[in-house]
Amino acid sequence: MGRFVLRRLLGMVVVLFAISVLTFLIFNVIPASDPARSMAGKNASPQLVANITEEWGFDEPLPQQYLTMMGKIFSGDLISYEGREPVDERIVEGIPATVSLCIGAAVIWMFFGILFGYLSAVREGGKLDRVLTIVAVTGISVPVFWLAAVLLNYLAYETGIFPSYGYVEFVDEPLDWAYHLILPWITLAIVYVGFYSRVLRSSMIDVMDEDYVRTARAKGLSERRVMTRHVLRNALIPIVTLFGLDVGALLGGAILVEGIFGLNGVGQYAVESLTNLDLPPIMAIVLYGAFFVVLFNALVDIAYAYLNPRVRLGSSAR
Amino acid sequence: MPAEPIANAGPAGSSPWALAFRDLRRNRLALAFFALFVLIVAFVLAAPLWADHVADTGPNATHTLERITVDGERRDVVNPEGRPIDPVWFGAGGKFFLGADSRLGRDEMVRVMYGGRVSLFICIVAALITTVLATTFALLAGYFRGATDSVISRTMDVIWAFPVLLLAIALGLVLAVGGLQIGPLHISGSSIWIPILVIGFVSIPYMARPLRGEVLSLREKEFVEAAEAQGAGPLRVMFGELLPNLSSTIIVFFTLNVATNMLLESALSFLGVGVQPPNASWGSMIATGNELITSAPLLTIIPGTMILLTALSLNVIGDGLRDALDSKSKVRLEAHAGMAESKGTSV
Repeated sequence: MGRFVLRRLLGMVVVLFAISVLTFLIFNVIPASDPARSMAGKNASPQLVANITEEWGFDEPLPQQYLTMMGKIFSGDLISYEGREPVDERIVEGIPATVSLCIGAAVIWMFFGILFGYLSAVREGGKLDRVLTIVAVTGISVPVFWLAAVLLNYLAYETGIFPSYGYVEFVDEPLDWAYHLILPWITLAIVYVGFYSRVLRSSMIDVMDEDYVRTARAKGLSERRVMTRHVLRNALIPIVTLFGLDVGALLGGAILVEGIFGLNGVGQYAVESLTNLDLPPIMAIVLYGAFFVVLFNALVDIAYAYLNPRVRLGSSAR
Repeated sequence: MPAEPIANAGPAGSSPWALAFRDLRRNRLALAFFALFVLIVAFVLAAPLWADHVADTGPNATHTLERITVDGERRDVVNPEGRPIDPVWFGAGGKFFLGADSRLGRDEMVRVMYGGRVSLFICIVAALITTVLATTFALLAGYFRGATDSVISRTMDVIWAFPVLLLAIALGLVLAVGGLQIGPLHISGSSIWIPILVIGFVSIPYMARPLRGEVLSLREKEFVEAAEAQGAGPLRVMFGELLPNLSSTIIVFFTLNVATNMLLESALSFLGVGVQPPNASWGSMIATGNELITSAPLLTIIPGTMILLTALSLNVIGDGLRDALDSKSKVRLEAHAGMAESKGTSV
């Protein structure tokens, strides 16, 4: 088990390294723009551009530039090209909004995902199942940013039921915090409610064919007890896996939703930096986002290995 | 001469494809959404007809300072405050059926039709690229295993761990600024091939991973051993033996992938790194419409509804295909999980 964990963690480091190189290359090898020139502004003298190039080391060989940037990421003194502000500060500022958004949305989608999936599976083939299926598939097919824009228009701008913009700190005003986040939570959760209820439905229908379910019924357990204790519990395994991965991915920033609701989280910072071709924050956010994806991936694998020794022994099982 | 009663062969003689087709025909929900999808395709294909014969304008033609006659009344296409005209339906003989799109005064209906062509074209071609590459990688990794598998799987891990939307935005942005040079071929930054390649590329791991798993298990089956015993080489086994057995999964994945692409393309275009102006796609039309959402909400609602309906119909068709083609529950779940991941990270 110890060796498996070690191997998995080592793999994590390799993947993160590869991601950092990939990001760096995307912005350096593909001819985009010269950061020195964009920093110097329009109509800058060649001398100024040359000075900036010299000062920021844009003329150094790429591997050297890469190492410098990575060093700064780890020591925490990365400075953005645009506005020359400390990247770490901006990211730390954005974390509360991003985390609040993700956790609230996750609670909503788990609750409704499991509820809809359960009802669908229990009533497989029935009217309720068909209605819930259409609801779920519609949820999956909605363009999130569009839904956000439409909800904002009708529930905030026109009727003023909900606030339209901004994030309020939980510690300052807990109620206002939730009030500002309701629309973003719902928007973000809808897609996942669709997916989770679909996955849970399939997974429950599969589990219902298992022998131990027949045994449970044969023992004379009530249908409800069979469904909740035996079927739902086992069918939740893939849901928990998915949940780990999705939350990990979300922490990298719920890019579109944050931007539209002006939550000023990490995702919104990412989009701003991307449109400015501002490499330092992009590197930091991509690595930070990827770190969570890789970490949750590894945790899920390790949890599986802990529960199922076959995974530990055969490395090709995944 | 009377037709041969083919049905005499009975169910026992039907091919798996015929059986699947029969299942699919009984799935009324999937059929209904298939009809909807056909309607959408017909709608966007009719774009030039509508543009030339009804609206009498092109998707990118501006009419800012023009006036039109609506039910005998002269009206500005764009009023002095810069507000585009609302839908006039058939008030002007089909011109500005859905109103104008912005202060540029372009015909919204024509743009919805042409934008749909662009959106669908991008999504389908990108899905083709993803499918071909993902299948090839999955076959190579699953057939050769060992080092080949390690290299391919780890590469997939890297793309997988990259937040998809961030990767797509980064690639889309950089390529839109600089264009792309592949050997002698130069793709300019405003070409719709940039979003096609970006979308096609970032989706590969979501299809390759589950397919590889399936190849790994198929590879252990007797028919592979039999083919190898007959002297079939790797290429023959991969493409002659394994590929046909993957085909049903591939068809399902392809359909679901087009739906996912629809959402990814619209997100990229909404953020301005997908389809470049003056071309329209449904995603970029939402971005344009959103600026006027309080005064003209239809400009946002219409393209978004088109995206929703297209993605919805493809998802329902994909589900129907899966139910008809795959009785194996494992594949069903993996297909869900794989696509769920792809969607999850594209938020």
